[in-house]
Amino acid sequence: MSQLTRRRFVAGATTVAAATALATPRAQAQKTGGTLRFVAQADLKILDPVWTTAYITRNHAYLVYDTLFGTDEKLAVKPQMVDRHSVSKDGMKYAFTLRDGLRWHDGQAVAAEDCVESLKRWMKKDRFGRLLAAHTAKLAPADRKTFTLELGERFGPVLEALGKPSSNVPFMMPARIAATSADEQIKEIVGSGPFRFVKDEWQPGNQVVYVKHADYRPRNEAPSGSAGGKKVNLEKVVWRYMPDAATAAAALAAGEVDWWEIPPIDFIPTIEQTASLATFLPDPLGTQGWLRPNHLHPPFNNKKARQALVAMMSQETYLQAAIGVPKYYRTCPSVFACAGPYASKAGAEGLLHQNMERARQLVKESGYDGRPVTVVHVTDIGFLSGAALVTRDLLTQAGFTVDLKAVDWSTNLAVRAKKDPPDKGGWNVLHTWWMAADVMHPAVHFGVSGAGPGAWFGWPEIPQLEQLITEWVRATDQPKRKQLAEAIQRTALDEVAYVPWGEWFLPTAFRRNVTGIQKFIAPLFWNVSIG
Amino acid sequence: MLAEILRRLMATLPVMAVVAIAVFALLHVTPGDPAVIIAGDYATTDDIARIRTRLGLDQPFTTQVAIWVGRIVRGDLGTSIFSGLPVSTLIGQRAGTTAWLTLFAMLISVGVGVPVGVVAAWRRGSWIDRAVMVFAVSGFSMPTFWLGFILVYVFAITAGWLPVQGYLPVASGAWPFLSHLILPALTLSVAYMALIARMTRASMLGVLEEDYIRTAFAKGLAPRGVLIRHALKNASLPVVTIVGIGFALLIGGAVVTESVFALPGLGRLTVDAIVRRDYPVIQGVLLVVSGVYVLINLVVDVLYVVLDPRIRY
Repeated sequence: MSQLTRRRFVAGATTVAAATALATPRAQAQKTGGTLRFVAQADLKILDPVWTTAYITRNHAYLVYDTLFGTDEKLAVKPQMVDRHSVSKDGMKYAFTLRDGLRWHDGQAVAAEDCVESLKRWMKKDRFGRLLAAHTAKLAPADRKTFTLELGERFGPVLEALGKPSSNVPFMMPARIAATSADEQIKEIVGSGPFRFVKDEWQPGNQVVYVKHADYRPRNEAPSGSAGGKKVNLEKVVWRYMPDAATAAAALAAGEVDWWEIPPIDFIPTIEQTASLATFLPDPLGTQGWLRPNHLHPPFNNKKARQALVAMMSQETYLQAAIGVPKYYRTCPSVFACAGPYASKAGAEGLLHQNMERARQLVKESGYDGRPVTVVHVTDIGFLSGAALVTRDLLTQAGFTVDLKAVDWSTNLAVRAKKDPPDKGGWNVLHTWWMAADVMHPAVHFGVSGAGPGAWFGWPEIPQLEQLITEWVRATDQPKRKQLAEAIQRTALDEVAYVPWGEWFLPTAFRRNVTGIQKFIAPLFWNVSIG
Repeated sequence: MLAEILRRLMATLPVMAVVAIAVFALLHVTPGDPAVIIAGDYATTDDIARIRTRLGLDQPFTTQVAIWVGRIVRGDLGTSIFSGLPVSTLIGQRAGTTAWLTLFAMLISVGVGVPVGVVAAWRRGSWIDRAVMVFAVSGFSMPTFWLGFILVYVFAITAGWLPVQGYLPVASGAWPFLSHLILPALTLSVAYMALIARMTRASMLGVLEEDYIRTAFAKGLAPRGVLIRHALKNASLPVVTIVGIGFALLIGGAVVTESVFALPGLGRLTVDAIVRRDYPVIQGVLLVVSGVYVLINLVVDVLYVVLDPRIRY
């Protein structure tokens, strides 16, 4: 089987970077007005971006809500709703002052109290938010436009937390709405973002409608990611949900829709051959695939059996089976996103070179008793299905007996939450994926949590990891953080919290009369024009 | 007759009750858990348990049934677990699309199937008859999704005469409304057109052998009058039955058509709800659709009496 070499890694990364740069839809003379028809990646069913982590809800929220800080294309955190902020000399007290002229969609002015309540609700749900809350002594408004955050213990990435770009994003809501329990869905959709949600025209399973927020005042800066000026050119944005990819392709070709968020990769060649259409890689960070063992039950409650999973790993094989087109994937021997600041090969020797002989040896040393290993096989998501089939093959070669458990995605969600033994409805191995933004650093990366019952499904109990993550969030200088991130990676791979099987990139497709699409992890509709 | 209809309507209530409880029971024994889906990727076991409690999913099965039936009696179909919208609103948003699609598909099926079946029976053994049979077999055999894509390719993408997908309400104008329904209705109707043509032909063949038909022809009546006024009326009972069943089947068959043409109908609402285990929506839709089935059966029974006064219930 093919193995990763430095040359191959660089070539893959270069291909992706080149494809991204070449395809960027340049903003031409921007037109204002018009309706943009957009085929969303999924059906928007849940409107509360704090209640759920669903990417489709996060994407919806980027239209409706604004954030205190944004993340630009270079992953730098920049003020968005915040006009200015200050940090005390000891780094323990932050003060944030809001920009002038911020208004909710109901016409009320945005106040510091709203932001405080929004942050408090977010801190109850989000992993990064919970970490920040655990280090916070006081969060309160100081006056109408200013609020302060006083730390009880040192916490380095305060601004990174407030500018967190992916689910759950700390979106700002009016205090009366943010007062809703974090376990309940909000009932009123009022934000201060550049678009207003039109509830009367919302048809779950069919369409979502947004109109321009006339009172929105963008920053006087060039847009970049979720940072910079959110200049709205469109009067209206209509999201359509089309469950059938062929229908969406035909609708795009016929000009019935303008922008298709994520076409399946096998549709891309046809789209690229159509003169009126173009493609673009909006998220150059990519997506990371996971193989997750269940640490609660044999054989993977044994470290050597888990280490066999690393020894058998061939990312190239997984990516070929799951994604198929080399232009859109790359091997990545790092638990942190390869495009991010903490990418490293520390402790990743096992991921660099497949060693089936060693895998078989580790299986023997683990005392594996031949009981079937239950691999959850999600059949209705192509790349997960492909990954499960590769895992079955590799596990068999390593000496395991494999039982593929075929399920649809929804059943998978129920199965993976079961802590029961595999012969009573539980599982041994599952596959999933995360956007690179969600595996960028230790505070957002669920795969490196060793919190046992509080960890992501699979429930690894590795106290050393938790200790290192705490040290990471308390570190304030980047070299120290980098060093701790490497230590976290070494431990995570040695204990085999999970096994990454590579990264891939999902192009977006649009008609050529659409301009101004930006690079970001979510589709953004400000700066976009339709000719 | 009116008393009979009222009696039959009352008789549907126990049927609906059985359907409701069966649907509820079936859903709760299928794998999947909406609380887990709602909780998302970052949820802990405690988070999931809290959501399950809030949704009432931790209650005993009988308690859940009692709560749901109590709501139904009050005319409340419940609220979607995910969108938070009332199930009645979701059904209201979708019912029009499915109703129009089904109606148009049935009009095309009957409008083409019955005349074709009559002609095939009249010209039994001729090339017309054989062509009708070939069409019938082909119509049954063509997968709906495949036919849908072919029609889209020919009439929407290549010719550009009709839209690829979507639905516009009647209020948007006659042509916009019709243009969005032609391809889906045609796609959905082909199998039923074939079924109705075959059934009409078979039924007509039996009737055309009767003495009174021979007498009518011998009296010099025009073939059209004999076929329609004498033969078809007497051959229509099995056809009416098939049309009634067809209506029910069309509602089910609309799922694929609605997906291919991205129509916001009841079929897709049901499938989406099943995928997410949105129990109140599934239960509400199935209850309403089963009610429609029962009503269609009632209408068919009434039509029997109209078409054949000898029939008594």
